[in-house]
Amino acid sequence: MNATAGPRAAILSRVRAALGVRADEASRLAAVEDRLKRHPRGTIPARALVERGTLLQSFETMLTDQGASVTHAATPEDAVRAIADDLRAHDLPLCLRLGDDAVLAALPWEAVAVERRFGPAQSDDRAALSRAITAAAETGTLFLVSGADNPTTLAFLPESHTILVGAGDIAGCYEEGFDRLRAIYGEGALPRTVNLISGPSRTADIEQTIVRGAHGPKRLHVVILG
Amino acid sequence: MTKKAARTQAAPLVGLFVTCLVDLFRPSVGFAAIKLLEDAGARVEVPQSQTCCGQPAYNSGDKEDAKAIARQVVESFERFDYVVAPSGSCAGMLRLHYPQLLADDPAFASRAQALAGKTFELTSFLVEVLGVEAVDAHYAAPVTYHDACSGLRELKVKDAPRRLLRSVEGLTLTEMEETEICCGFGGTFSVKYPDIANAMVEGKVRNIVKSGAACVLAGDLGCLLHIAGKLSRDGSAIQCRHVAEVLAGMTGNPAIGQARKAG
Amino acid sequence: MSGASPESFKGNAARALADAQLQRALLNVKSGFIVKRAKARAKLPEFDRLRDDARAIKDHTLAHLDLYLEAYERKVVESGGHVHFAPSAADARDIVLRLCREANARIATKGKSMVSEEIGLDAHLEAAGIEVVETDLGEHILQIRGDRPSHIIAPVIHLNKEEIAEDFFRAHAALPRGRTLDTVQDLVSEARAVLREKFLAADVGITGANFLVAETGSSIIVTNEGNGDLTETLPATHIVVTSIEKIVPTLEDACTMLRLLARSATGQEITTYTSFATGPARDGDPDGPRAYHVVLLDNGRSDMLGGDFHEMLRCIRCGACLNHCPVYGAIGGHAYGSVYPGPMGAVLTPALVGIDHARDLPNASSFCGRCEEVCPMAIPLPALMRKWRERDFDRGDPPLTQRAALGIWAFAARRPRLYHALAGTLMPLLARLAGPKGRLRTLPFTAAWTATRDLPAPEGQTFHALYRQRSGER
Repeated sequence: MNATAGPRAAILSRVRAALGVRADEASRLAAVEDRLKRHPRGTIPARALVERGTLLQSFETMLTDQGASVTHAATPEDAVRAIADDLRAHDLPLCLRLGDDAVLAALPWEAVAVERRFGPAQSDDRAALSRAITAAAETGTLFLVSGADNPTTLAFLPESHTILVGAGDIAGCYEEGFDRLRAIYGEGALPRTVNLISGPSRTADIEQTIVRGAHGPKRLHVVILG
Repeated sequence: MTKKAARTQAAPLVGLFVTCLVDLFRPSVGFAAIKLLEDAGARVEVPQSQTCCGQPAYNSGDKEDAKAIARQVVESFERFDYVVAPSGSCAGMLRLHYPQLLADDPAFASRAQALAGKTFELTSFLVEVLGVEAVDAHYAAPVTYHDACSGLRELKVKDAPRRLLRSVEGLTLTEMEETEICCGFGGTFSVKYPDIANAMVEGKVRNIVKSGAACVLAGDLGCLLHIAGKLSRDGSAIQCRHVAEVLAGMTGNPAIGQARKAG
Repeated sequence: MSGASPESFKGNAARALADAQLQRALLNVKSGFIVKRAKARAKLPEFDRLRDDARAIKDHTLAHLDLYLEAYERKVVESGGHVHFAPSAADARDIVLRLCREANARIATKGKSMVSEEIGLDAHLEAAGIEVVETDLGEHILQIRGDRPSHIIAPVIHLNKEEIAEDFFRAHAALPRGRTLDTVQDLVSEARAVLREKFLAADVGITGANFLVAETGSSIIVTNEGNGDLTETLPATHIVVTSIEKIVPTLEDACTMLRLLARSATGQEITTYTSFATGPARDGDPDGPRAYHVVLLDNGRSDMLGGDFHEMLRCIRCGACLNHCPVYGAIGGHAYGSVYPGPMGAVLTPALVGIDHARDLPNASSFCGRCEEVCPMAIPLPALMRKWRERDFDRGDPPLTQRAALGIWAFAARRPRLYHALAGTLMPLLARLAGPKGRLRTLPFTAAWTATRDLPAPEGQTFHALYRQRSGER
C-alpha cells in the first residue's frame, strides 16, 4: 500500500458515491473495457477521406497556410538537394543535427556538402532534420515520435526545423495516424512523446499579432519524398 | 395580399398572450398582433386571467413564484388551439421552460407539455403555422431589425419577421452589424447590473446608427424599451417600434419613448 | 493581486468599463476570435456532429469516471510514471513541492496551466525558495508584472505592446538598456532569448494537460509556441498538474476533442504543437525527462458529479463562451476576480469557492444564450447559472430591496384582478408624469435605469383596460 492510498481511495469513493455506483459492477467494467479495447472512431471529416491526389494537395496547402514551406522530392537525391538548398536560401550554415533514423541515414548525402551531427539537439544548433513517422492530411499535421532515431529536442531547440515525410506515410485522418503507431508500438502503448506538428512556432499573445519563433523553431520546412 | 379566411368555426382559436410589457407600456402592440392574427384567419381571444409569464421570478431564482405563475398561465390558456405572444422571450418561457418547471408536478406536467407544443412567437406563427407570405402594409422608411436573444436562440426566430417585413410596401430592410448580439436588457439584468447593460446597449446603438436605418424593429418590447431608452438619452431621432406595429400598418402613434406629435 | 476576488465584481466591472484601453483591447477579442471560429466551423461541415460525438464521449466518461481514473493510472504506472491523487488544492500544492524537493529543484519552468493557477501553485513554490518561470509568453508577461490573466486562452489581451516593453525593460535587467523594443517582433525575440536560458537550466518542468488518455496513460498539451514542449522535454522531471475530469477514454476520443478545441478557441484548425507525453524517457531515449509525475486534482469536482452542475464537468476550457459573451466583452476577465472568468467561470467558480463568495458571477448575465450556442460540449450554461441563482435565492442572499421588489411583483402577478387594478391606476399616472415628451429622464426608485437611459413612457391605459373597453363597445 503506497503513501497516497488515502487520498486515492478518498477521491475514488467520492466519485462512486456521487455516481451512485459500486466498484465491482460488471456491466460498467465491461463497458469501459470494451471502449478501451475497441477504441471506436467518431465522425471522420470527409476531407480526410478524399482520393489520394486531393489529399496530398490539401496536406500541402494546409501546411503552407500554417506557415511552413513544402517541397516535393521525387527521389532521395532530390530530397537532400532540397534540404541543402533550403538551408542556403535562408542563410543557414550547411550543418544539420539529426538522430539515428535509418531512412535519413540512407539518403545520398554525398550529393550535397551538408555536415551532419548526430544526437539530441544542442543549444547552439541552428538547424535540425527529423523524419515524420506518419502524418494526417486533414490539418497538415506531421507525427514525430521520440527516441534515438528522431530525438524530440530536434523539433524544438533549433531555429530551423526540416521534416522529411514519405508520401506513402501520409494518412488522411488523425485516427489512421494513431493506427499506424499502434502497428509499431502495440495496443494501448505510445512512445514517450508523440508530437503532432502543423507549422513553425508562433504566438499571438501580444496585441493579437502573429509572430513566428516564439520558443520553438522560427521556420518549418517539410520535404515530401516519393 | 392577406389571406382573409372566413371567420367560421374552422378558424383556429388563438389565445393572445399579451405579455406584461405590452400590457403595461404599449398596448398598441397587442392590438397590432390581434389585427395580424385576424387578418390571417384566426379567431383571437384574450383571457383576462393573465398577467406575466413569470420570467422575472424564474430568472431571479424564485422557483416557487415562477411555478405558481406558470400554473396560472397553463390554466388560462390550455383551452385554445394555439397560444401566441408578441415576444420571443415570453413564448420561449412557455415553450421551453414551463415543461421543465412543472415536470415534478403530476397535476400540471403533461398540461405544461401540451401548452408548450402549441405556443408560438407572433411572426413565426404567422409564417410557419398560418402560412402568411405577405402583409398588406405600407411603411416607407429604411429599417433595421434587432434579433432578440430568446426568440433567436430558443425559438429560432430569424427568417419569419424578415420575410414579412420584405412584403411591406416602401420598406427597405438593412441589416446592421452584430444583429444577434444582446442589447443588454435581459429583464432584471438591465437594472441589477446597469453599467454593464448600458455598455451593451451603447454597442447596439452604435450598430443601429451605423446601419443608416431611421427605425429599428424587434419582436420583443423589453429590448425595444432598452434600446429606445438609450437612443432617447442620446437625443437620437431614430425610432423604435415593435415589428407587429409595422406589419399591421399601425404606425400612426408615436414611436417608443418619443414625443406625441403636436396637434 | 488585490481586488482579485469574485466578491469585488461590481467595483471591478465599473473600473473595467471606464478603462478606455481595455475597452479597445476587448474589441480585438470580439472581432478576432468570433470571426475566426465562425470561419473554422464553416470549413468543417462535420463540426456539429463532432460536438454531438464529444458530448457523448464526455457523458460516458463521467458516468464511468472511477473506472477510467483507475485504467488511466494503471497505464501511467506501466509506462514508468507516477500518479498522485490530490483531494484539495492544498494537497496538490504540497505534492508538487515535495516532488520538486525530491528533484532538488532550484528552477522550475511552467507551461500554461489553469489548474496550477486554481491551486495557487507558483506562490507556494516560490515561498519555498524555488524559482518558478512561466514560459508561455502571455504568462511570462503576467509573471513579471505581478498580474493575472484576463482570458483563459489569450491571457494578456488587456495589454498593449508599449506596456509590455516597459515591463521587459524593468524585468530583463541584465540586457543592454539602449536596445529597441518597438515592435511585437522585438518583444517576442527578447522573450525567446531570455526564456531559452531558463528552459535549459530548469530541473523540473510543470505543465497542465488539456486531456488525459486512459487507453495509453498519456497527457496531451496543445500550444502554438512550443513552450510546453520545451518544458516537458528538457528538465529531468516532468510534473503534470491536472484534474480528474480531463480524462478521455481512447486516442480516437482525443482526436474528436482535438478537432473541436482549437477551432472553438482561436479558430485554428489545430494548434501548431499537439503533444502526447507517456511516462518518462525509455531505454535508448537520448532526451526527455527521467521522471514523470501526474497530480490529479479533485478540489470540488467530485461534488459536482451526479449533481445539478454535473454538465459543467464536460468543459474543455476552450474559451469560446468568453469570446462570445457580451458581458465578458464589456468588462474583460479581471472583473470576475477568478481564475475562471466569463460564462464558464460563472458556473465553475461558485462550485469551487461557494456561491456565497461568488454570487455576482452567475447573476451578471442577461441569459442571451450565445455561450451555450458556441460551446463545443453543449453545456447549458444559462440554465446552470440559473440554478446558482436558485441556490442564492433559497439562501436568502439577494439584497433586500431586490427581494422586496420581486416579492411585490410576484404577489400581484399571481392575482390577476389585483394586478390589473394596480396597473390600470399606475400606468396612466406614469404616462401623465412623462407628459408629451413621451419619456422620463428621472423617476424615484429607477436610478439604476435612468442614470444612463431614459425610460420610455407607457402609452397610458393598459392593454387589458383598453381591451375590456373595446370588447364592451362591440
